[in-house]
Amino acid sequence: MNGELLPAAVFFGAIFTGNILLSNYLGMCSFLSVSKEIKTSTGLGAAVIFVMAVTSLLNWIVYHYLLIPLNLEYLRFIVFIVVIAAFVQLVEMIIERVSEGLYAALGIFLPLITVNCAILGVSLFMVIRDYSLVNSFFFGLGSGIGWFLAIIAMAGIRKKISGAKIPAGLEGPGITLIIAGMMALAFMGFSGMINIT
Amino acid sequence: MFSLSALLISIGAITALTVILAVILVVADAFIANYGECKITVNGKKELTVKGGRTLLSTLMEEEIFVPSACGGRGSCGLCKLKVESGAGQYLPTELPWISKEEQAGNVRLSCQVKVKNDMSIRIPEELFSVKQYSTRVESIKDLTHDIKEVKFRLLSPDTIEYKAGQFVQILTPEYKLSDESVFRAYSMSSVPSEKNVIELEVRLVPEGICTTWVHQYLKEGDKVTINGPYGDFHLRDTGRDIICIAGGSGNAPIKSILLDMAENGNKRNVSYFYGAQAIKDLVLPDEMAAISEKLPNYKYIPVLSNPDPDDDWNGETGWVTDAVARHMNTGDNVEAYLCGSPGMIDACIKVLTEQGVPEELIFYDKFA
Repeated sequence: MNGELLPAAVFFGAIFTGNILLSNYLGMCSFLSVSKEIKTSTGLGAAVIFVMAVTSLLNWIVYHYLLIPLNLEYLRFIVFIVVIAAFVQLVEMIIERVSEGLYAALGIFLPLITVNCAILGVSLFMVIRDYSLVNSFFFGLGSGIGWFLAIIAMAGIRKKISGAKIPAGLEGPGITLIIAGMMALAFMGFSGMINIT
Repeated sequence: MFSLSALLISIGAITALTVILAVILVVADAFIANYGECKITVNGKKELTVKGGRTLLSTLMEEEIFVPSACGGRGSCGLCKLKVESGAGQYLPTELPWISKEEQAGNVRLSCQVKVKNDMSIRIPEELFSVKQYSTRVESIKDLTHDIKEVKFRLLSPDTIEYKAGQFVQILTPEYKLSDESVFRAYSMSSVPSEKNVIELEVRLVPEGICTTWVHQYLKEGDKVTINGPYGDFHLRDTGRDIICIAGGSGNAPIKSILLDMAENGNKRNVSYFYGAQAIKDLVLPDEMAAISEKLPNYKYIPVLSNPDPDDDWNGETGWVTDAVARHMNTGDNVEAYLCGSPGMIDACIKVLTEQGVPEELIFYDKFA
């Protein structure tokens, strides 16, 4: 049935109905630690969009043209991680070399997301859901944008509550997790509109 | 069914993939991340030729210029600031939390974040050139309280050190069970500058602290330790004012050094030293600190306990150290203050002292980061 999914459906589904962060709770640690300021959140979010889109593409190719022919599907976890890590390293080196502005805005965050579980999650979902190459790319892109939107929203909310009186025990990650939970509830309102699984 | 060929294929495939990726990265590292030789001009006169591509902090360390850094280059202490006049590029988000607007205007950078990618021109305070790296041997380790140890290092090479009482050094914590990389951590010296061939530190155990745990649980007498220093501008100013010293925990170290140094030099200034602790068991060297008055005539040692144990039999000052300071001061006293302790304690002390009319430029402090 997945062959019938339109790339546009996968794209919007990944952003809203199946937001990787708010419906799967993946990519939490950088989400919690970097969402203090909108500016840094934007940089990290952009880096995530880029890496997710490209690694889902790369991993699709590796999976379908290397792992499946050799019957090595069970190695996908380790292979995907290695591909993601190498790709991120390479991109960081290139960005640092070619554009100082881009490095300051985006490149500096790349090492942070090498081991971001949302990135690996996207590659694994794409395998489980048996997406085509095009759908995988749009799934990666959409998931990245969804993650981007979620962290920007969180940074905005955290800025708003920075003046609020929060019980001492809930300061920092505590209140952030509660907010993330409420955001997840809100995003559940989209569920059922598009089914991409 | 177990099949040897399937196993071999999987091993071969994953090895091949990793090798290909590794080769790509090594090639990229050699070409893309190769910045060749760069020239660093220091203070407009000295020129260093270095290999580019690494951070300014570690590049300078290679050249035996030791910029102080308490966190070991992770961008979390903000100590390794330097003026970079040209060649550093724009500010990175990882630097900005530490650099004020005025510092940005003066091109102050965090040297652990700035990478050497082209020729640079930097300014380094002259005193950093007197910073050296020492190999030392642990001579003695002594318990001062239940969580503070005094460690004495004998200098091997170079075998003498010049510093001002109150300054700090960094000790290199090697890789061990809790840490998979070696890191530098900063500690104030409690020894007297006239004893040129030893360095003495007071180290308080911080739960899960990489260096403090190593010092408390792994370091043994006779061990070789690498130290560099001295650093810092926490030292006695040469004026005629009365002196108030306030410390807590292992903040005793630089104050002890300053007081012993004053005693040796026959200093006649009035000194009051307030030391804040919870109970008697937390006092660092109470007898020795009180006995300094024999050599330093106008010196008063005032330990303050916030929460004495029931069987402490204490008739000295109680309460917060800041309240004791306020009780002993008269508004408008012509004093200067030297503080060493946790950031919370320092901030509280600065508040009390300024309320008593001490101008902020006469309050000198050393905050534990």
